[in-house]
Amino acid sequence: MNAYPRLTNSHHMGLLTLGIIIVLVGPASAFTAYVSNEKSNTISVVDTDKMETIKTIKVGQRPRGIELTKDDKYCLVAVGDDDTIQVVDTKAGEVIANLPSGPDPELFILSPDGNRLYVANENDNTVTVIDMEKRVRLGEVQVGVEPEGMGISPDGKVLVNTSETTNMAHFIDTDTRKIIANVLVDSRPRFATYKSDASELWVSSEVGGTVSVIDPTKHQVIKKISFTIPGLRSETIQPVGINITKDGKTGFVALGPANRVAVIDAVTHEIKKYLLVGQRVWHMAFTPDEKYLLTTNGLSNDISVIDVASLKVIKSIPVGELPWGVTITKQ
Amino acid sequence: MNEKGRPVGNTALIRFAVLALAMVPGLGLAVHAQDTLDIKIGYLRRAHHQETISLVQMPPPDNGLAGAQMAVKDNDTTGRFLNQHYSLLDLHLKADDDPVTAVGHLARQGISLIVVDLPADDLLKAADAGKPDGILFFNVAATDDRLRQKDCRANVIHTVPSRAMLADGLAQYLVWKKWVRWFLVVGSHERDKLFAAALRRAANRFGAKVVQEREFKDTGGARRTDSGVVQIQQQMPVFTQEAPNYDVLVVADESEVFANNLPYRTWDPRPVAGSAGLVPTSWDASNSLWGGTQMQDRFTAQFKRLMTALDMQAWTAVRMIGEAASRQNSSDPKVILDFIKGPQLALGAFKGQKLTLRDWDLQLRQPILLTDGRTIVSVSPQPGFLHQFSELDTLGYDRPETQCKLH
Repeated sequence: MNAYPRLTNSHHMGLLTLGIIIVLVGPASAFTAYVSNEKSNTISVVDTDKMETIKTIKVGQRPRGIELTKDDKYCLVAVGDDDTIQVVDTKAGEVIANLPSGPDPELFILSPDGNRLYVANENDNTVTVIDMEKRVRLGEVQVGVEPEGMGISPDGKVLVNTSETTNMAHFIDTDTRKIIANVLVDSRPRFATYKSDASELWVSSEVGGTVSVIDPTKHQVIKKISFTIPGLRSETIQPVGINITKDGKTGFVALGPANRVAVIDAVTHEIKKYLLVGQRVWHMAFTPDEKYLLTTNGLSNDISVIDVASLKVIKSIPVGELPWGVTITKQ
Repeated sequence: MNEKGRPVGNTALIRFAVLALAMVPGLGLAVHAQDTLDIKIGYLRRAHHQETISLVQMPPPDNGLAGAQMAVKDNDTTGRFLNQHYSLLDLHLKADDDPVTAVGHLARQGISLIVVDLPADDLLKAADAGKPDGILFFNVAATDDRLRQKDCRANVIHTVPSRAMLADGLAQYLVWKKWVRWFLVVGSHERDKLFAAALRRAANRFGAKVVQEREFKDTGGARRTDSGVVQIQQQMPVFTQEAPNYDVLVVADESEVFANNLPYRTWDPRPVAGSAGLVPTSWDASNSLWGGTQMQDRFTAQFKRLMTALDMQAWTAVRMIGEAASRQNSSDPKVILDFIKGPQLALGAFKGQKLTLRDWDLQLRQPILLTDGRTIVSVSPQPGFLHQFSELDTLGYDRPETQCKLH
């Protein structure tokens, strides 16, 4: 709560009135979220304004990693058991192409310009590079055992891959496609993300139960964030997804079977609050205005909506079975 | 740190600096290139022929070894970035070979970390022979509780669950299911009796009751014959008739003489658990929980067969070495043991949580899978079996019960 303590009721009212006016003028904050359902083999399409699932799209087997292209025209989804990444036309709501992702893709990330796609191939100890325009494979980089998390620097020059059994974050030069540094982190690193000003890289360790904050130029861990929740054993606290606000002030970490999202002061790295969401919370996405944060709750087959300003969970929206990843349109 | 045979000079200075950084609590460090560190691991096993009732459960010739080989490959992939090189030396003893001689042989090759797939007595001989040289052993096969109790050793780590852990994992589920009246059938071999003792102890601890116990005598002969099924169909119902009311038949037959002939053939229509039916284990090829699919896929791609529990126990031992060596940058068994025993060990082994070591008997804490051979039916500890430190310590001999004195 401390990051937003000064909003008085009258401010709230003012914002609310403003919101109503905007709605009257024209549709403003209706975004569309796409949720991959690992077990249903579908994508749930969620209207963030109505806060309900409006459509379900059939995709390949075991959809996990999911991301929209920069123009929102296509939704990319890794279907690991089909060894491909499918391209879903968001308007038509159907799969229109398969990308040469290499075997068992799980997580991937687009370059900031949207021209390159970097894919973690879990069974193969590689990261595959794909040209998005031509939809062809450009090459691959050998990394550690069971690559998973993928982060990219805001300038697109450095790609970070985490390998779950090697327990490292690999820093890869995207021009030369060579590893420039390796940083050991705690056990089973799952996810990596930069702050928008590139000052920090955060890496979650699922089994180790920590988030490592890394200085991306010195390649050093500068802080390890640990989590303690009264009444919960440390083994059940398993950090996975991380989202940091654009201003770099607040970080959210999904804690898996702890069924909570940790809210972190991203400047001091102190934990401010734990928000109770659905069961086995994995990944998250902000609406572009950062008003809401959506979380996928694998075991409760729903997504939770967190109101970012008040740091409250305001709604659960049913989706398919074992929701895994989520991505939200920019428009 | 084991500096033997490695050049000193500027690199030593760099290493000192790196170490100094690593010792600052809470701080990690970037990984810098330096001299290659060789981590040599021995694998000690004895030729043994395990007959099984089921053709599909015949152990493969590289049972266990394959798991160790996969972990060496995994460690080596990590080692590329750390300038560490891992290797495995497989020593396959013949029936009358002495494990003491074998340990001497491995020691002369500069090996001080040995994975052992040997029966309890051989393991103890090997461990005591390696003690003066500071050799660290990893028991991946012997389930005997005495190795964690009065016969424990300060230089033997156990990645294989003990009989007590397996029996407790099974008992918790049966009690959760309210199948508390057990008909216990025990084979006539020593190890069958040891498993039966663990099952009786588990029944006692978790509130089940053995309503009757019978022994099934091994009278010799083949496990499988062409028309054996006809006889078994007659024999098993007769053997199990006239039992008092019971919920589940629990069978202790580690020798694989009869247990797998029990399901569907009991006089009363009852489920079978223990050495057949619902079986407690550390791993099964059907396990897809907690990223297990990845592990199974990688194993099958490399070895063209399914991954067994022994493979997993050996993989875990070698990964444990890798975890310690990569974080401490050392192959010194003392440094490795200190790390493994300490609070920093958080081993990821596809068990849904970090695995740690019990410091009172060097047993790896782990959940127990319950499988019917086709799927994972459940995982123990079961909900409601609470513990003040770790629910995993509801399985096996807990700290207050230990008779182990490590020295």
